[in-house]
Amino acid sequence: MNPFEYARAASASEAVRRFRPGTMYLGGGTNLVDLMRLGVARPDHLVDVSRLPLDAIEEVRDRVRVGAAVRNSDLAADPLVRARYPMLARAVLVGASGQVRNMATVAGNLLQRTRCAYFQDVSRPCNKRRPGTGCPAIDGDHSNLAVLGSSAACVATHPSDLAVALAALDAEVHVTGPGGDRIVPMPGLHRLPGDAPERDTVLESGDLITAVELPPPPPGRTVYRKVRERASFAFALVSVAAALDVRDGVVGDCRIALGGVAHAPWRAERAERALIGGPATGEAFLAAAEAELEQARPLPRNAYKVPMARNLIVHTLEELAS
Amino acid sequence: MDISLHVNGVPRALAVDPRMSLLDLLRERLGLTGSKKGCDHGQCGACTVLIDGRRANACLALAVAMDGSEITTVEGLANGEQLHPLQAAFVEHDAFQCGYCTPGQLCSAAGMLGEPGPSAVTEDLLADPDLTPAEIRERMSGNLCRCGAYVNIVAAISEVAR
Amino acid sequence: MNRVEGRVKVTGLATYAVEYPVEDVTHAYPVQSLIAKGRVARVDAAAALAMPGVLAVLSVEDPPELAGDAEGELAVLQSRDVAYRGQLVAVAVADTYENARAAADAVRVSYEPADHDVSLRADHPGLYRPEVVNPAFPTDSEQGDVEAGLAGAATSVDVTYTTPVLHNNPMEPHAALALWSVEGRLLVFDSTQGTSSDRDTIAATLGLPPGRVRVVARHVGGGFGSKGTTRPHAVLAAVASRAVGRPVKVALTRQQMFDITGYRTPTIQRLRLGADADGRLTAVEHVAYEQSSTLQEFAEQTAVPTRSMYATPALRTAHRLVRLDVATPSWMRAPGECPGMYGLESAMDELAYAAGLDPVELRVRNEPVTEPDSGLPFSSRNLVGCLREGARRFGWDRRDPAPAVRREGEWLVGTGVAASTYPARRQPSRARASVRDGDFLVQVAAADIGTGARTALTRIAAETLGVAPGRVHLELGDSDLPDAPVAGGSMGTASWGSAVVRACEELKKNGTEGSADTTEEVKTDAELARHAFGAQFAEVLVSAVTGEIRVRRLLGVFAAGRILDASLARSQFIGGMTMGLGMALMEETLTDEEFGGFLRRDLAQYHVPVCADVPDVEAVWLDEADDALNPMGSKGIGEIGIVGTAAAVGNAVYHATGQRVRDLPITPAKILRF
Repeated sequence: MNPFEYARAASASEAVRRFRPGTMYLGGGTNLVDLMRLGVARPDHLVDVSRLPLDAIEEVRDRVRVGAAVRNSDLAADPLVRARYPMLARAVLVGASGQVRNMATVAGNLLQRTRCAYFQDVSRPCNKRRPGTGCPAIDGDHSNLAVLGSSAACVATHPSDLAVALAALDAEVHVTGPGGDRIVPMPGLHRLPGDAPERDTVLESGDLITAVELPPPPPGRTVYRKVRERASFAFALVSVAAALDVRDGVVGDCRIALGGVAHAPWRAERAERALIGGPATGEAFLAAAEAELEQARPLPRNAYKVPMARNLIVHTLEELAS
Repeated sequence: MDISLHVNGVPRALAVDPRMSLLDLLRERLGLTGSKKGCDHGQCGACTVLIDGRRANACLALAVAMDGSEITTVEGLANGEQLHPLQAAFVEHDAFQCGYCTPGQLCSAAGMLGEPGPSAVTEDLLADPDLTPAEIRERMSGNLCRCGAYVNIVAAISEVAR
Repeated sequence: MNRVEGRVKVTGLATYAVEYPVEDVTHAYPVQSLIAKGRVARVDAAAALAMPGVLAVLSVEDPPELAGDAEGELAVLQSRDVAYRGQLVAVAVADTYENARAAADAVRVSYEPADHDVSLRADHPGLYRPEVVNPAFPTDSEQGDVEAGLAGAATSVDVTYTTPVLHNNPMEPHAALALWSVEGRLLVFDSTQGTSSDRDTIAATLGLPPGRVRVVARHVGGGFGSKGTTRPHAVLAAVASRAVGRPVKVALTRQQMFDITGYRTPTIQRLRLGADADGRLTAVEHVAYEQSSTLQEFAEQTAVPTRSMYATPALRTAHRLVRLDVATPSWMRAPGECPGMYGLESAMDELAYAAGLDPVELRVRNEPVTEPDSGLPFSSRNLVGCLREGARRFGWDRRDPAPAVRREGEWLVGTGVAASTYPARRQPSRARASVRDGDFLVQVAAADIGTGARTALTRIAAETLGVAPGRVHLELGDSDLPDAPVAGGSMGTASWGSAVVRACEELKKNGTEGSADTTEEVKTDAELARHAFGAQFAEVLVSAVTGEIRVRRLLGVFAAGRILDASLARSQFIGGMTMGLGMALMEETLTDEEFGGFLRRDLAQYHVPVCADVPDVEAVWLDEADDALNPMGSKGIGEIGIVGTAAAVGNAVYHATGQRVRDLPITPAKILRF
């Protein structure tokens, strides 16, 4: 770990005021400290935002506002979240471990970095870590990497489960920063890699997430399902957040977001468009899944993710429709 | 940097290198080697301690960020000579072999028993479920045991959870 | 009785290698090669040496003095030649861990790289026939005419199974604390499976007489073979401490462990089996292809268990090795038996299906009278008993053999069986017993790496002395105690226990003290085939949607001589089976073809089973009297639990899905291929 200065901010505005080049905000530390120890993150200056008074979950009219410093475990245990956004609670509960969920903050979860083996190993090239050095994953180990929206520069996946649920829920991310306050809609916080894979999100230097706001939940039933070869404490091979509202056999509202398949939580908009207003049948679900996954560009060792995602979408929608 | 914190009820004031983890502070500065370093990246749970009463990976916590916290380690679980019920149950059920994951398992279980709400295997999200073996297994999955004592660990925790 | 050291382990007071409080201690952090083959051109430590708290940087620029014959992985920092990516090329020593690690990061190493080859394949031109396989088995064996046996078979299978690089991953990373006394005696608190042999190896590597080195390892956080031989970290700690004149801790990171503490070689195994119309084997051939490093040869005995398993008129086994630009593989729990029985017992399942026979019945029909390869009588063999008892407990008679016909919602259900075996050997050991304060002190340089050796030996001593276990105080884990072999090869308790029994017998005779050396006794052991056997049964669920596999239950039935302590034995068996479950479904280290070295070098990427993976694992055993083994009548139990598990799980996956995955681990990705 390189030497750095540490300061604890008392307010979001103080944190932003303290920000200068080389600064990183420290939340629960579950990913940042990990990356600092690996030498992947080398901040000169840490501003600790984990104890900011942004730790409330509040009902604001018909919406719910979740403070950025709310711990993942508190989010999942919150009665309001459990009752109104079960998909979100489920997504948090299948992530990481009890210990990590106790430490990790909501904002930190969204801003965690890819677990691509090359990204995490400073002795190997990686365009995301050191732009221009190349992406050895494309010819090497990409078995757990992206099949959708990847580029010749990067095939990393975003590891968050929470982000996938938020993408399905049309959540809004509240941001403050040197340029003032703004709202970033989900999906939309996370970028696809393109030719700038070093940028995970649309946030600018010094931006600080202050809250996540949840609009009223979608009608119908929802689910979050995560596929992994280990029964717990593993990142997703593929995950799906889905909501389905069926009336008289016709799909009303439908939300599908995929995790583990792209550089960002992947909102399956093609599949949604194909389904809304149509019949809620297995054939329609399969056609919609295939329409979405036509865009997939799998590599030799992660091609399994395409049938896995297809099966998962179809099965999940069938369960929701039944 | 100067910090002060309570460790197993004892107030401590120390100057720490900002790079030092809470785990290394405990092990290298305070001589509390009960908390173990198995991976140093939050992937094994051997370093689990209670921070302000909640289980957490001490390897992922910077010591400097713990200023003002109350830390409980495995050395602080027993009440004098009287073992914590989890400690006694682990001995009775042979819930460990090499013992290296054990302090983390114990602190994790102690924290877990007080945690509200559902887990990933809870059917009814709105209920606060009973700690069935399936619930314990899921909730304890942040603590690896390479010796493979899981079956006995679950039996030991089940006895205390009853 | 509960584990003797239970209380110190649950209170956090059990002291592992780098946990001894030592004044003035310093920390060393290694620098590893970034190329897989070539030479170190230059190590520039100037920037590192200028950093705060830094005491020294040792490197191949100025090799620390070792014995002239130090070799292989232990010739630390001696040569500019790089044999694999991750090999040690330098080490930084500083006053704190943070400073040492930052300094290591600042050491600049330049290389002259050469082309590397890190890929094992069955047609590799570099394959050769090693002289022996681990530790001293004949490389090849041949009885009868395999080709004729196959040609005349009513049913045959010709299948290739592979296993990946596997890492032991004990929970305690390899670590050592080294300090030199003013008289020049070296004390190493090491994380080792054997203090006597570790002392000897460290002494030989440093060019010291063994009496100038002491190794202490009172508690060891698991090893599973990876701490059975001295690893480079211990030598590094010793030379670093000598260089800075202060005690030095070397605590490897989990990532470094993947590189320099050994691993199980990947294997490619071709099995050809033939059977007649009654299901009696007509031929068995098992050929294993494996790797070692260019530094030293380690040839895993993968096909050796096949020499002991089934009656057949024609039996051929062979091992071929290739030396690659990789780290040296080493022991991992049940080397040989574990990967080899995965291959054999999977192929037996395929043969059972091909022959239309129940897989339990196929094994029973091929029960040999004597050991197939050697012709020696068995000291005891109860494989059939284990299969029958396991079948009864598991409900095997209700099993429909048809694959892919049971479904619970999205989950396909299947069951599978496989046999287990592991040799029951012992080695010479010493021990001492004496009277102290009216109680008994028993001393032996044994190691308790979690097996419960301290407890088992206490019981053995108490039983021999005819006193309550509470009156026996057992000391182990210190090379200053009577010499003892490593905790390995499932020989620990048999070896140490024999010496403890003899020492206690002598004490009983003379009333004050007894000491034993079983070298002569072991030499006179009758020539017999000595093995433990077992049968494992698995029930799995396979998602037809996602390919996820969950093991609903695992049952192991073992015949391992006299079980000395039921609680400890059960823990060993289920622990091995749990590790076997990991091998079956998730464990895999990838080799980086482009840059060399390994990928997935941490516990988030190298998955070992978590609690949620292990809902129901049970182990039971048959009473087995075997007086030919040792005074206790015991067989080792530390390794047999992992032997056969992966095959039982794989066979159950076939039964569930109708698809045979022949490459471990069996992952959702491989299930979804079908």
